[in-house]
Amino acid sequence: MSLKKVHDSQPKDFKFSGENLKKAEEILKRYPEKNKKSAVMPFLYLAQKQNNNWIPLAAMKYIANYLSMPYISVYEVATFYTMYNLAPVGNHFVQVCTTTPCLIRGADKIVKLCKEVISPNENEVSKNGNCSWMEVECLGACVSAPMIQINDDYYEDLDEKSTKEILSSLINNKPLKPGSYRGRKNTSPEKKLSINGENHA
Amino acid sequence: MLKPENKIFKNLYNDHGWEIESAIKRDDWKDTKNIISKGREWIINEIKTSELRGRGGAGFSTGLKWSFAPKEVGSRPHYLVINADESEPGTCKDRDILRFEPQKLIEGCLIAGYAVNAHVCYIYIRGEYFNEGKRLQNAIDQAYEKKYLGKNACGSDWDFDIHIHYGAGAYICGEETALLESIEGNKGQPRLKPPFPALVGLYGCPTIVNNVETIAVVPTILRRGGKWFASLGKPKNTGTKIFCISGNVNSPCNVEEEMGISLRELIEKHAGGVIGGWENLQAVIPGGSSMPLLPKKICDTITMDFDSLQENKSGLGTAGIIVINKDQDIVACMARIARFYKHESCGQCTPCREGAGWMWRILDRVVKRKATFSDINLLSDVTKQIEGHTICAFGEGSAWPVQGLLRHFKKEIESRCREEPLIKKKVDNPYLVDQHLLENKNA
Repeated sequence: MSLKKVHDSQPKDFKFSGENLKKAEEILKRYPEKNKKSAVMPFLYLAQKQNNNWIPLAAMKYIANYLSMPYISVYEVATFYTMYNLAPVGNHFVQVCTTTPCLIRGADKIVKLCKEVISPNENEVSKNGNCSWMEVECLGACVSAPMIQINDDYYEDLDEKSTKEILSSLINNKPLKPGSYRGRKNTSPEKKLSINGENHA
Repeated sequence: MLKPENKIFKNLYNDHGWEIESAIKRDDWKDTKNIISKGREWIINEIKTSELRGRGGAGFSTGLKWSFAPKEVGSRPHYLVINADESEPGTCKDRDILRFEPQKLIEGCLIAGYAVNAHVCYIYIRGEYFNEGKRLQNAIDQAYEKKYLGKNACGSDWDFDIHIHYGAGAYICGEETALLESIEGNKGQPRLKPPFPALVGLYGCPTIVNNVETIAVVPTILRRGGKWFASLGKPKNTGTKIFCISGNVNSPCNVEEEMGISLRELIEKHAGGVIGGWENLQAVIPGGSSMPLLPKKICDTITMDFDSLQENKSGLGTAGIIVINKDQDIVACMARIARFYKHESCGQCTPCREGAGWMWRILDRVVKRKATFSDINLLSDVTKQIEGHTICAFGEGSAWPVQGLLRHFKKEIESRCREEPLIKKKVDNPYLVDQHLLENKNA
């Protein structure tokens, strides 16, 4: 269960843009006609994308109307799932995986770096306003641990040095490329072994 | 060791390209029409012969599951749902199938859909796998272009459509009934079983839910024969499996191997060995975080298959192997797993919602050396209160790892406990207040 708070200042109105209306109609075609409700999750994603990566209450009301379902059911869904942001986040939204497989390869050091470089607290937008970070549960890239997700992309096989570079590139609004930062191909075993694992954070 | 010609996932690391053209070169979509023309019974029997067991964690016989779907379509349509909500800590095999072997999955969907009388298939991908979902959508579009999907899919006279549905970061949606709730547009809270989804599933219709890896191996099994698959591995634990080896190893990786390979061989041959050598091994979690850990003594000899791990009071689960060496604090590792379950409990059943928090708080006290000896009994009691008293298997999944820790590392825990209770010393340790909330005020 997610423990998120709804943001204090909310916009009054929300409407899908023309482009998103077209997308919404496409999405509705995927589900049986009498089960329109199924589209609530994709619709919340659309709203989140349109509104700078967070969902205002007005959007939930709009979606409830659109799908002719009770507002509370939309609210329920939006608060249950952790990927719906109910308050503004940075343009570069950093999610640090800290579950055990990442933890034992040094995720705590990455959290420390986030605190230093971005902001001292989770879910707090950085001083220049384009970055925020939070700890999340397993992101499903355990063999590439430790890793972070920035917006939609995975940055894998990190150590302290590469994390620092990535985070400061975000602050400067010139994000580095996603992928492995140890130069390996996807999840294949590495040929060049470094014994005693000094190659991770 | 698995011979290269017996490998099913030849493009696990994307050495050859994921596009449909290169997939066809690797024999995907070969004779699909022919396979389907042999009929439902033949397909299900061949899968039964192969003794394929579901790769999503429970290890239920796939052929048997398919045979539960009603033979004739009644007033309600049938659905096929693919579970790609891979969130079990330690597991990242489905991600590689979605990225690099999407055609195997799509072809498997068509065959499985035909076998269970479904015209529509939903693939439920976890929301974080946004790029993987985009890749899969590309692959689906390519398959539509080649007329492998859609009306009269692959010339088989069977209409078949695949839709992707994204999750949004809820671990519980990997449970099949929670997943169905999520597709229906509700909170992902599991349903009571029975009725099982095979009879009353998505939108109240008969639904078969399978894991990505299970479906992706189906076309190869049918092309090469169930007997070929059954000849690999051990009896009742047949075939190949993708193992994800993470944690304190020199080169963490995903690798496809035969079932029943020894754990030591797997770690030393493929993952470059334990950091600091085999003697430095402390414990291994053999099947994703829900499975109890195994101490080094058992790891020395254990083989990786459903039955032999079950004999050792653990399980193969999703085959996500987390290696923990002696440099790590084992209690802290397990406390972090307990925190994971505390965070991910859907909140429907009281024993799980409350108990998961209890387990985490007690383990956290042990890590901080603030626990008393009576806490150990309390912890073991809480795990028993959760186990078997919840709607879904999440309760077991959260209780088992703690039970495993108590079973194998009780001495380690006891060495950090003390006699006198904290209350006397007036340490500010809120028993009833959720520490998670205190620590992360904004969470």
